[in-house]
Amino acid sequence: MGEFLLRRLALAVPTLLLAMTAVFLLARVVPGDPALVILGDQATQEALLALRVKLGLDRPLPAQYLDFLGGILRGDLGRSLITGKSVWAEVLAVIPYTLELTLAAIFLGVLFGVPLGVYAAVHRNALPDTLTRLFSLAGLSFPAFVSAVLLLLVFAIQLRWFPVISAPRAGDVLDHLRNLALPAANLGLIMTAYVTRVTRSSMLNVLGEDYVRTARAKGIGRRAVLWRHALRNALIPVATVVGLYLGTLIGNSVLTEIVFNRPGLGKLILGALNQRDYTLLQGLMVFFAGLIVLANAATDIAYGLIDPRVRYR
Amino acid sequence: MSAPAAVLPARGWTRRFRANPTSWLGVALIAAVVLAALLASTIWPLDPLEQNVAERLMAPTAAHPLGTDTFGRDVLARLLHAARISLLIGAFSIALAMTIGSAIGIAAGYLGGWFDAAVTSLLDVLLSFPTLLLGLMVVAMLGPSMGNLVIAIAITELAPFARVARAPTITLKGRDFVEAGRALGFSDLRLVVVHIIPNLLSEVVVVASLWLATAIRTEASLSFIGLGVKPPTATWGGMIREGFENILDAPWLALAPSLAILVTVLGLNLLGDGLRDAIDPRARRD
Amino acid sequence: MTEPLLEVRDLTVEFRSGGAWHPAVRNVDLSIAPRETLAVVGESGSGKSVTALAVMGLVPAPAGRIAAGSSIRLSGRELVGLGERELDRVRGDRVAMIFQEPMTALNPTMTVGEQVAESVRAHRGLGAQAARREALRVLDLVKVPSAARRMDDYPHQFSGGMRQRVMIAMALACHPAVLLADEPTTALDVTIQAQVLSLVEDLKREHGLGVLFITHNLGVVALIADRVAVMYAGEVVETAPAAELFETPRHPYTEALLASMPRVDRDVGALEPIQGNVPSIREIGPGCAFAPRCAHAQARCRESRPRLEPEGAARSVRCWLRTASP
Repeated sequence: MGEFLLRRLALAVPTLLLAMTAVFLLARVVPGDPALVILGDQATQEALLALRVKLGLDRPLPAQYLDFLGGILRGDLGRSLITGKSVWAEVLAVIPYTLELTLAAIFLGVLFGVPLGVYAAVHRNALPDTLTRLFSLAGLSFPAFVSAVLLLLVFAIQLRWFPVISAPRAGDVLDHLRNLALPAANLGLIMTAYVTRVTRSSMLNVLGEDYVRTARAKGIGRRAVLWRHALRNALIPVATVVGLYLGTLIGNSVLTEIVFNRPGLGKLILGALNQRDYTLLQGLMVFFAGLIVLANAATDIAYGLIDPRVRYR
Repeated sequence: MSAPAAVLPARGWTRRFRANPTSWLGVALIAAVVLAALLASTIWPLDPLEQNVAERLMAPTAAHPLGTDTFGRDVLARLLHAARISLLIGAFSIALAMTIGSAIGIAAGYLGGWFDAAVTSLLDVLLSFPTLLLGLMVVAMLGPSMGNLVIAIAITELAPFARVARAPTITLKGRDFVEAGRALGFSDLRLVVVHIIPNLLSEVVVVASLWLATAIRTEASLSFIGLGVKPPTATWGGMIREGFENILDAPWLALAPSLAILVTVLGLNLLGDGLRDAIDPRARRD
Repeated sequence: MTEPLLEVRDLTVEFRSGGAWHPAVRNVDLSIAPRETLAVVGESGSGKSVTALAVMGLVPAPAGRIAAGSSIRLSGRELVGLGERELDRVRGDRVAMIFQEPMTALNPTMTVGEQVAESVRAHRGLGAQAARREALRVLDLVKVPSAARRMDDYPHQFSGGMRQRVMIAMALACHPAVLLADEPTTALDVTIQAQVLSLVEDLKREHGLGVLFITHNLGVVALIADRVAVMYAGEVVETAPAAELFETPRHPYTEALLASMPRVDRDVGALEPIQGNVPSIREIGPGCAFAPRCAHAQARCRESRPRLEPEGAARSVRCWLRTASP
């Protein structure tokens, strides 16, 4: 198991390098002058030149690339142009909020999505299946901010069950949960739709497998066949796809945070955008790219935990 | 010869598509949205840009069935005209992503070796990178404009096209007719154009219909964040943003464009699902 | 003759296709006595596996169903019409089945020990520890080497032959009265095949099992079968003690089948493939199902369907030519 873990992590290194190179290329080779974008059309030539020097944009591309990679190797993602704080400090200050929201969404998605998906698969093509499929497709069709706005309209503005602006009092757990509820429900709804869809199709594949028939032949009962034999195998692709979905989940949490005015990575990005904080944006991009690559590796490792065939290969 | 359905679609897919009621729902929804966009001025002849400060934030009435916004502009007229922008940006960005993405995928599959390995692992990262964040970064670098929006969304959707073009290319490359063509001295380009591209087309089209939905969603999300087409042009995402700013006074402002996006994206997803199931009924990987 | 362990009477299994029900198995009669091996032979598509699945109550619903009037009696108890729960108490306990593909028929995410222990726990109500001991005993019985160590391994760590032994261990864990084996050796190479066959033979003798052995390999039949039932297009066309069947086949299809198979006592050059194909279940006419391919077919054979008529004490045949002759 330890060897498998190491091997998979080693595999992440070249991918990480590639991802960082892609970020660099995107940031530098894209037509357009970052200095011009930051300072606007009215800026003087001197000011533009000064900013280019400050950002290191006046140096040859290979040198910039090496600087960029060197920084990342030292764990340096750069500093915010506006606040002067390191990107890490900015990220660490808000990441607990985003993490809490994302984990709550995954929890809700698995809690409701897996049973719904199994239910739909078992009743394939019957009415409950059709309804479940329509629900999950509708859930996936909402852009996250649309469903967030709708939830806000109904539950915070019309019914006044939850606060419109998420600003929990420190130390008050109940108040904290009340503030988390709507944003988490929003992301959880989309996650549920997604998990339902994936579980259903994966379960349908597994139910046709020979070993499910073998299990039925043993006379161990329908529930044991379904939950012990079929579901465990069906969850293997579900785990993978949920892992791959992490990127979209982060994107959705950004939108959700904006709608519910919640602190987190979303508001950090939005602030950087509004203030044209070019270096913070680039640092965040590196951060996200790294996060995604690691999440992919973690997904594979989780895969190995569920499926013994992967672990022993 | 037994051809894998993944490469050569089984015959009778039109029949399977027609037999699926949910695909028809998708077709109907999309047709309605496209018609509304095309006939916007005919259906509702008010000017989407005309401001009327006296009639700000009015609740729905007969004169303004969906009310008016902060500048007293008619929301229904804006909704209909916004459909054009959303569909145009979606279509252009998908066309761009489809062309470039498929080319990358075919090149990777056809050339193989280290190039393929590099492209594949890059695609894996790109595919799992949040569409929204990537688009957001690109627009932030390029500056917001309609053209840049198209480029940004196209970049976010290269990966699925490259991936769907790559796998069958590898299969086809090993097939007799391509090998034979190579033995006869045909150029690689000719082999790709004559033998490979026609075989990829159906799958690429399915991917396009599914990702068009994502493109429209991304455009709306970027507009909502404030990185979309510049005001006063109406877009759905921009309208939701404006409605969101007045959500306590005029909740209907955000509602109408929200439903418009939902209908469009749901329609495209239903259509794409129907197409996919029809072309490859074995791989119902929903 | 002792009372049969398994007695199948007039079994018809239908499948829905294009809006109508078509029988894949028609009016099948079979019986198995204790310590008896009945081999069911026939080409693929002849309904052998569906017959076994019907006995297990595993006809895939809603696409398939057992038709009214069918009867499957296990030690005198009627199985047709039982609910899933009642069936679950019988299968794996009184009647068990070994499937064809040892590669895919075992759950890849459960250890071999768990999979064997599972049926003991379900049917004997044993706790985890006791079930594990019982699983170990059965794995030893089917001669899985160093079973104590290997029972915590996963199926993909076993060879094909070992997996089939594990399948047999699972089937025998609760000492069933009847074992159904659906081509258990086709996926294995010849030496492993012989080992598995002799294992089944030993168990049969020691535990008084009745075995229904499905195969299309007449060599295997000669090796293990006491009696043989030949199936064609969903029907039993001939039953006979194994030795007599090889000596004097009575049904033209059996003759053709024997002629098409390689045998030790005959030259390979004498092989005669059967002309044509097994008809699909949707295109069987009113007459004898084999008539279109039969060299001896007469007008009557195409018009009405012969019945399975007894011939002497131990044989029966479904053929107009045999019924007519004195």
